Amino acid sequence: MASKILFDKGKVIAGIVIFLALLTFPFIYNLGKAAPAPEPELTPKAKAAKVCVRDTEYMNKEHMQLLDVWRDTSVREGKRIYVSPNGTAYEMSLSNTCLDCHSNKAEFCDRCHNYASVDPYCWDCHIDNPKEAQ
Amino acid sequence: MNVNYMFSLVAVLVLILLAYAGAGAAGFTTFFGVFIPYLALVIFIGGFVSRVMDWARSPVPYRIPTTAGQQKTLPWISYSYTDNPSSNAGVVLRMILEVLLFRSLFRNTTVEVKDQKLIYRLEKWLWLFALAFHYSFLTVVIRHLRFFLEPTPFFIVWLEKLDGFLQLGLPGIFLSGFVLLAATLLLLARRIFSPKMNYISLASDYFPLILIIAIAATGLLMRYVAKIDVTAAKELTLGLATFRLAVPEGISGLFYIHLFLVCVLLIYFPFSKLMHLGGIFMSPTRNLANNSRAVRHVNPWNYPVDVHTYEEYEDEFREKMVEAGLPVEKGA
Repeated sequence: MASKILFDKGKVIAGIVIFLALLTFPFIYNLGKAAPAPEPELTPKAKAAKVCVRDTEYMNKEHMQLLDVWRDTSVREGKRIYVSPNGTAYEMSLSNTCLDCHSNKAEFCDRCHNYASVDPYCWDCHIDNPKEAQ
Repeated sequence: MNVNYMFSLVAVLVLILLAYAGAGAAGFTTFFGVFIPYLALVIFIGGFVSRVMDWARSPVPYRIPTTAGQQKTLPWISYSYTDNPSSNAGVVLRMILEVLLFRSLFRNTTVEVKDQKLIYRLEKWLWLFALAFHYSFLTVVIRHLRFFLEPTPFFIVWLEKLDGFLQLGLPGIFLSGFVLLAATLLLLARRIFSPKMNYISLASDYFPLILIIAIAATGLLMRYVAKIDVTAAKELTLGLATFRLAVPEGISGLFYIHLFLVCVLLIYFPFSKLMHLGGIFMSPTRNLANNSRAVRHVNPWNYPVDVHTYEEYEDEFREKMVEAGLPVEKGA
């Protein structure tokens, strides 16, 4: 049966304090900070175009997969035309197709990427929307 | 077939269905996204602290030298500094080895009879799976802080870089998630397919394993297969951490299953064997120096006995003793 005395009081309390500090770290770190979910901003050109290569819900969740497939098919197989399910053909190019409308990387790409702590290496080569030499 | 793992499997499946039906189909997203997580956190913290306090109130009167090394004795006999420590520094080293590298599991042996001879062999598989499981789980938990902190601090970004250094696929694979799933599956397979392990395994052994497998599987599904809206998910989780509650639309049922299973794990934690997280620090066989020969340890619950000495006894009954003719030490 447990007694009323707390043995090794100092060490036990210290351990519990560390445990609580680790668990409440997110609450303390965020204290007083409002961090609303980011809204990606569309450029006038993107707004005017109305449709992307696929619908918004698909692009929201799968754009990275799409870009990965685009990279592999264009770089490794040399095919550069993507036909979307609605029949429109697009050039498979991050710089020429995607960044043509979404030329505002900071307001469009980075907002969500930073929020979700995602650091894609697309920009290692495709630095801020330079047009590729045709 | 074994009732213990079937029971655990069914329990986890019921929990999954509960979250899927409740949050996914019936739309009780606030209940599953806000109420249950807070409840789980409160039960986890309260239960954890009370278990630790309960242990701290249990007296450990003597050192328990269940050690695997030579005790410190005569100066010309070399002794094991970390496996049988006689000083606090040695104990700290032993605890570090135990907590970070699972020293005790590394000592695991197995017995078999070969050619009518009893053979003991070192058995490292459990140690390896356990180490892989615990470290990948730790990595996964720390990585998940990105959903609870804004802006994401540097150490999480570093950890993500390290974890995803293979740069395979998009979204880039994180090794820890796959190692976590593989290690828990191996630990489960060990309990199911090894007859000896199967014989001693209970539902309380299978349930946490199957629960963690389900958590890892739903997590991997959300990241690589049936992708969810990460921004919306972070809006919810960050809302929990900032007390600015938000339950955005359009988070899939899979997310709520994942979240609910994690909450169940947190609620279950303080009442289960998983409490070895706190218990390892409270283990008397690990955290006490074996110095019984050098230091006298007094049992703290020794009852204060009222001693009635013979002299006092004789003083009390001397006259009656003399009357009865009994011999007395002091004359009447």
